[in-house]
Amino acid sequence: MENLGSGGIIVAVVKQFWPVWIALALTFAVSFRFKRRLGLYGKLFDSTIAMIGFALVMFWVFTAIFADMIVTYDVLAQISQMKNKVPGTATPDGAGWYLLGGDHLGRDVFSRMVMGSRVVIIIAPFATVFAFMVGITLGLPAGYYGGRLDAFLSFLANLILAFPVILLFYLLVTREIVETGVPQYMAVVLFLFPIAFLLVLINSRYYVTPVLRNTLVLAVVIVGGYIYLSLVSEDGTKIAVLPNAIDLIHMPGNILIVFVSVVFVNAPTVFRIVRGIVLDIKTRDYVAAGQTRGERPWYIMIWEILPNARGPLIVDFCLRIGYTTILLGTLGFFGLGLTPESPDWGSTINAGRKLITIAQHPAIVPALALMSLVLGLNLLADGLREESLKD
Amino acid sequence: MLGFLLRRFGTVLLTALCLTFIVFFLTNLPPNLEKLAKTEAGSRISDEEVASWLDKNGYSSPVLVRYGEWLGVVPGWTREADGVKTGRCIAPGMEPADAPRYCGIFQGDWGFSTFFKSPVSEKLGYHLGLTGILMFWVMVVMVPVSLIIGVLAGMREGSKLDRTLSTVSIASTATPEYVSGVILIAVFASSMFGLKWFKGTATGAMDHITFDNFFLPVITIALYGIGYIARMTRASMTEVMTAQYIRTARLKGVSFKNVVMKHALRNALIAPFTVIMLQFPWLLNGVVIVESLFSYKGFGWTLVQAAGNNDINLLLGCSVVAVVVVLVTQLISDIGYVYLNPRIRIS
Repeated sequence: MENLGSGGIIVAVVKQFWPVWIALALTFAVSFRFKRRLGLYGKLFDSTIAMIGFALVMFWVFTAIFADMIVTYDVLAQISQMKNKVPGTATPDGAGWYLLGGDHLGRDVFSRMVMGSRVVIIIAPFATVFAFMVGITLGLPAGYYGGRLDAFLSFLANLILAFPVILLFYLLVTREIVETGVPQYMAVVLFLFPIAFLLVLINSRYYVTPVLRNTLVLAVVIVGGYIYLSLVSEDGTKIAVLPNAIDLIHMPGNILIVFVSVVFVNAPTVFRIVRGIVLDIKTRDYVAAGQTRGERPWYIMIWEILPNARGPLIVDFCLRIGYTTILLGTLGFFGLGLTPESPDWGSTINAGRKLITIAQHPAIVPALALMSLVLGLNLLADGLREESLKD
Repeated sequence: MLGFLLRRFGTVLLTALCLTFIVFFLTNLPPNLEKLAKTEAGSRISDEEVASWLDKNGYSSPVLVRYGEWLGVVPGWTREADGVKTGRCIAPGMEPADAPRYCGIFQGDWGFSTFFKSPVSEKLGYHLGLTGILMFWVMVVMVPVSLIIGVLAGMREGSKLDRTLSTVSIASTATPEYVSGVILIAVFASSMFGLKWFKGTATGAMDHITFDNFFLPVITIALYGIGYIARMTRASMTEVMTAQYIRTARLKGVSFKNVVMKHALRNALIAPFTVIMLQFPWLLNGVVIVESLFSYKGFGWTLVQAAGNNDINLLLGCSVVAVVVVLVTQLISDIGYVYLNPRIRIS
């Protein structure tokens, strides 16, 4: 088979992404059709910038979902004749092409880039959600009560923020520290927050109907508690509470550590944002009205203040996923946490940059992928901000 | 004002102590010490030998005591074996009687780097100097460019120019250093397009800085910061442009150029000042990435080497420097903000 020219490469790559195009077209068609009934999400489709951002983000989300159908080769398969070959080179067996070339070990750059999106699309949003749960659970009372609690929590947050991120990563993710179980202990603490948040949420809402509240609380404790234990414990490490047989969620140790350190770095910023908004909102009349009615503090915090803070929080959520993506890339770039053969973008950029004078595409392809995802998230956040300011 | 300064200073000191203790604790965990013993005394030694080596070198005392020794507020340890007195403060070849009682960073003794085999203070000073040069040029490029972009965009909100420049700044904040660095090297310093305008490494710049070996690292760090500062400047500028006094000035017939230059600019630049100061901790990140990417042996490179090679003293030194840089810039930004903006009253 012949090698492909640049036109041929583009056609082949576009063709390879067919499930993504179909899914994107469907999403946009449905959203356009019902855009007036979809609230803030529908308003996105009034702004070109927001639509571009949304399209970029959804492109990578669908790529991550359909990655198995898109890849042309196994991400770990090495063909030694294909080392550092330029994009569009035909494989020696004549079955196909390395669409975006081969890397220093003769693996397909295109397939690795596609599979790498999975690592980011799974970890980044989840880590951001966790960071938000921690930030909200601590930021609400800090802003609402003020005083000593606020001083103490703000001091802690500033302490973490004063740490240079890379130093923190090096301290948390190196093998010696992992052996002592420090990141796992941090996971034990950090993962408690989502459960605590849900419990407070339910308790403050259904306090007056004890039966319903008790059932819901019980459900959260059992389901959440099981997921919690299953996430935290892993056989053969410092924390192995659950026996292997009923431990359903197996998070490979290093992914857990990456996850924890990313949450740890993001949570203080969220805390500061939430605290700032609460300080502003708690002077409003409807909060005073709630207090006069005799509502309990947590009800006011979660059901009166939080919904009114959603605008800035949603915008920050988008930005923060982008920032988390950058952090994950940084970790990969320094070879921390994830295994070297992992196809995530940071690690592949790191592997590719070492030989960049010989072959550029192994580093450029994941770099552009990462950039387009973060750009999409930032554009989306910008569009959301503009649209939410309009009313 | 004095009370405010004292209180801020107290918080900074407390933060610095907490942070250095955390770093000290994390770098002095048992596995790190064991690894240190094995690299220093031979990798095949038994567990008892590790324990005795650690004891002989003063690592067996509680972590708080060792932290105090490192700070220089607790007397350095001394041991006596076979009639020879050794101790933390007793340098090789020194009479034990002459040795000082305290030797920690308060006394200017930063310890000895096990990886570079030289005193930490010497090593850090040299590499910090190199990073200082890099930072200086980054600031020279980043600050004017971002302020100009921000002011131009914020001067007429919603105009074509504003939209274009805002999109450019968003794109620049979406490009972390390791992405822009790789792309810049590939485009301008490799055979990809045949444009070999600049050098892909900055190793030569350590002795002799030229435009083609220093341009790429500087621009890589600056690019990521430009977008953020420009957006802050734009936000501040648009806010000022809608203020009453600007409208008054326009209505009384001052030209648009004069309104921007004489009335708006000064007030619009207060917020970016804080942002630029707070940008330093981020630049520190960028420095570590770019120095590794361009193999420029500055502070960031030293930090990576220290962390990668379990060089405890050097890593502690690096973190002290990093923490001090972050806290001092925060302090300057606080004080500067109060100084620049007379409307802020401190109770």
